Amino acid sequence: MIGAYLKTAFFALMLTAVTTVQAQDDHLTDHNVHVTDAEDDGKVNTDDEIKSYIEHHLKDVHDFHLFSYTTDSGERAHVGFPLPIIVWTTEGLKVFMSSEFHHDDSGNVLVKKEGVTLAKYHSRIYELDNGVDQITFDEEHHPTNANKVLDFSITKSVFGIMLIGLIILVIFGSLGRQYRKKAIPTGMGRVLEPLVLYVRDEIARPNIGVEKSKKFMPYLLTVFFLIWIANLLGLTPLGFNITGQIAVTACLALFTFFIVQFNGNKDYWKHIFWMPNVPVIMKILLIPIELLGIFTKPFSLMIRLFANITAGHFVMMSLIALMITLKAQFGAVGSTGLSVFLSLFIFFIELLVAFLQAFIFTLLSALFIGMAVAEHDHPEHTGTGEEDVDEVRERFV
Amino acid sequence: MYNLIGAGLIVIGGGIGLGQIGGKAMEAIARQPEAAGKIQTAMIIIGALLEGLAFGALILGK
Repeated sequence: MIGAYLKTAFFALMLTAVTTVQAQDDHLTDHNVHVTDAEDDGKVNTDDEIKSYIEHHLKDVHDFHLFSYTTDSGERAHVGFPLPIIVWTTEGLKVFMSSEFHHDDSGNVLVKKEGVTLAKYHSRIYELDNGVDQITFDEEHHPTNANKVLDFSITKSVFGIMLIGLIILVIFGSLGRQYRKKAIPTGMGRVLEPLVLYVRDEIARPNIGVEKSKKFMPYLLTVFFLIWIANLLGLTPLGFNITGQIAVTACLALFTFFIVQFNGNKDYWKHIFWMPNVPVIMKILLIPIELLGIFTKPFSLMIRLFANITAGHFVMMSLIALMITLKAQFGAVGSTGLSVFLSLFIFFIELLVAFLQAFIFTLLSALFIGMAVAEHDHPEHTGTGEEDVDEVRERFV
Repeated sequence: MYNLIGAGLIVIGGGIGLGQIGGKAMEAIARQPEAAGKIQTAMIIIGALLEGLAFGALILGK
């Protein structure tokens, strides 16, 4: 089980790396996320605030922020705890806590560290040019006098994945210890054992084969429980959105991609580059299609998980926001009742989706691995095809 | 505006596809209830592949 923990820790490391390489030109950030405080005589535009809240939730953030409220003295108080920020700047590695930004996300609070000035804008950390003490933006909200830094921070999602690693270590560690003493587990193990057997009997064995599946069971179990627990954590009020980060799902899909390619046998590659039992012209035509297929499979794995979880979170938060947006039409009690009813309904669907997406990801991974390791038995036929018909006829007559 | 129309078209296409899959699976289960487990798994796989396609289009169109 230490292995499982190491794997999750490795996931976490890879994820931080991928986040930094993620799309430079993020269209989500093009909206003005910051709430207008002063417009309309100090009245906050609730529609904008809800929109920015949802957008902020769907992104990965640098501090663990639970909620904020306005105190009696009129100040904004934030509840949560800071997470470490680890960035690679032109002056080398800088490590500090995210509390130094004071919950600022608009680039106004500057953090000075031996020779570099850093600002955080839309959950991205920028290094200001030499001698500049104010970050400026062009029309598309891209900073004009600052550059992005390599960001290896322990963000909220990375923290969440580490938490999942810990949860998996604790619950499966205790299950593993129980098996040393007796054959039937007790407590939490009673829940986990059928799930492990389910992954083995319903996912791995039918798709990969009884003998070959043994090698891939650790990966399939790890990915199943990682996604499932991550999805369930996303439904708690802690506000995690781990599997809703495209970097996370991209990483998971990359793992499946590499496992499939490295375990693909002779038949797998033959079916890509020289499809047996089809005319030569088709063999050539099929090469680009099959090559494309190698990449579309993990790509669809990545998009499916990301879009499902993002859509789920989006719908749930929108339904919760009904409480505020429909207050004028239905009154406080009516809108709250409607919102609670609808979000409860969606919540149960999301509980199902949380499991279903973990199941689908594992199942399709197993399917792709099974396709790569399957041994085919094609008699390479050289004739015109009529010989085969004769052969078959002979067999039956 | 246009990407919203596109999203609507994607959802129509995906809906038709999912309806076909679900409907045929129900018919198949009604014909052979003992094969319900296998049919369900196959249905979920095809549903997931379709979903991947539709979501891919939605993400690309955004």
